[in-house]
Amino acid sequence: MLPQKNLWAMKTMQQIEAELYRAMFRIRRFEETVLDNFPKGVFFGTTHTYLGQEANAVGVLHHMNQDEVVFSNHRCHGHFLAYGGDARALFAELMGKASGVCGGRGGSQHLHWRNFYSNGVQGGIVPIAVGAALAEKRKGARAATVAFLGDGTLGEGVVYEALNLAALWQAPILFVVENNHIAQTTPVELALAGGISARFAAFDIPARELDTSDVMEILPAAGALLEQVRTQSAPRALILHTWRFGPHSKGDDTRPAETIARLRQSRDPLTLHAARLSPAEKEAIEAQVEDEIQRAYQQAFADPYSSIADL
Amino acid sequence: MPTVLDSLNTALRQALTQDERVLILGEDLLDPYGGAFKVTRGLSDAFPGRVLTTPISEAGFTGLAIGMALRGLRPVVEIMFGDFLTLAADQIINHAAKFRWMYNGNKPETERVSLPLVIRTPMGGRRGYGPTHSQTLEKHFLGTPGLVVLAPCALGDPGQLLLDAILFTNDPLLFVENKLLYLAQVQDITQSDDFEFRIHNDRTDAEPGFAAPTYLCRVRGAPPPTLTLTAYGYMAELAQQAQRRLAYEHEVFVELVVPTGLSPCKMHPLLASLERTGRLLAVEEGTRNLGWGAEILARSAEALGARLKRARRLAAHDLPIPASGPLEAHVLPSVENIIQCCLEMTQSD
Repeated sequence: MLPQKNLWAMKTMQQIEAELYRAMFRIRRFEETVLDNFPKGVFFGTTHTYLGQEANAVGVLHHMNQDEVVFSNHRCHGHFLAYGGDARALFAELMGKASGVCGGRGGSQHLHWRNFYSNGVQGGIVPIAVGAALAEKRKGARAATVAFLGDGTLGEGVVYEALNLAALWQAPILFVVENNHIAQTTPVELALAGGISARFAAFDIPARELDTSDVMEILPAAGALLEQVRTQSAPRALILHTWRFGPHSKGDDTRPAETIARLRQSRDPLTLHAARLSPAEKEAIEAQVEDEIQRAYQQAFADPYSSIADL
Repeated sequence: MPTVLDSLNTALRQALTQDERVLILGEDLLDPYGGAFKVTRGLSDAFPGRVLTTPISEAGFTGLAIGMALRGLRPVVEIMFGDFLTLAADQIINHAAKFRWMYNGNKPETERVSLPLVIRTPMGGRRGYGPTHSQTLEKHFLGTPGLVVLAPCALGDPGQLLLDAILFTNDPLLFVENKLLYLAQVQDITQSDDFEFRIHNDRTDAEPGFAAPTYLCRVRGAPPPTLTLTAYGYMAELAQQAQRRLAYEHEVFVELVVPTGLSPCKMHPLLASLERTGRLLAVEEGTRNLGWGAEILARSAEALGARLKRARRLAAHDLPIPASGPLEAHVLPSVENIIQCCLEMTQSD
């Protein structure tokens, strides 16, 4: 994970802001590079990009310590990169290369690295995250577990079994719901009755709700909740109303182009946060990240495919 | 001798004693009730905080156990009735069974995940519980890559099999207990007046690092067998009763092969027996279509070719299990059915 977190207290606000911009821009350029190159046939299967939601992963995972645990989902690239995952290994995983995060066995949705886990079935990993949190608690660790869910995931019954157990057994876990208002092509209004926070309230899990794309709003809210998870050894929820700019996977966006354009104008976490950086600083970060991402892509592209002998 | 239930209960107690990472999760486990079939009786009083009674959430608590296993504990899950495994099927097939292979490509030993999880569940009918509490559903889980399926029998030491599974597995493992087997007496295979036994323990062949034995059983002092009968779990009890009557009432001598490892499928002891007899009858309590017996026959035919002279399956009718006693008895394979089938197979050529 990101080593600089231990130095958190020693950093100036300006340094932190620059770090957050770098982390978000890294995700943005990774995902754009994936979509740009998909038509060339370099990647297997499909992909679910995190464009527009970068502030969520970065704002939450900036607080994670080395021994803490993250459970992600099908839209996991942003979470993985914000956790500190290697861009080359992620490109390589999507390309089915031996140097991939899981040697090409998992592809876009099925990642494991250190204490980071994702899987491609909606909701199924949520009780597993609760179990992991309880295992850490039982070991006496003061470690938090984070589980990312989408609005679409809230349709799965197993999520509520997991919330019930998390509250009953006081699992030290932060549930982060990223409501991007659309599940594949189905708008949230057609899939979700009632409210999201009421679902946590029903289990007595305190929840904080934010409707923002500003990483500087998400960062302190997530930090406070994670501290409660650690000190009180109990579940909390963070509900983030957000917007994705890209299609669900590739070329399957049914929303009008004007809607996307309007969202990009008003809710782009990079634009919102860039205003806090000097133009020179922003340019320098972008140039460095651009170089890192392009090198990572080229290296992954040159890497050999996984060997059938290793199956 | 103890019952199979006693043997399994002792094994759970030993596992909790020997390894503090072991936990048990399931519905209605707390004493004085101690679980619907009493396999966990006495354990929550003896090990406070380590036997966790759960809400009725099979997927939820199976998922919890998977997370616990990923993070270094050795949880044991009890699913109250095997029929309810379907509620946890996504957790077992799409999560537990895949994680080790899916996550561990291209990883050094120290960064790999392991998933030491045992899911115990009672299967089987003959108690009048009807269509949703009497099934033998393990066929739906056999052949799932990454999932080990074991079935104890009354022969040898069923508790030792469970204890080894809990302490030594690194894979998710389904442990299928037949309900009628619980009250059967464990048979000491070293002290039998009526039968001779051999155990086949192929440790090098054992996937999870421990051996799931296969038992070979003949009527003591009988002439060489002319047919191989194979069955597991409680069906092996019925097959043994049939074997004895075939010998004493019909002078037909069969060898009974009882595996405790169902998946991955270990064929060596069975094939060795078939080389001697050339005839195979596979008996199972699950439904006949596309089941365990079909796989056993297919593998035997592939391995033996023309040396396999005759092969048949005996299984439950392809129907749900009726509640009514006479109907249920008709649907499930009986001792009489086994005897009849063996007679047909040994007399017609």
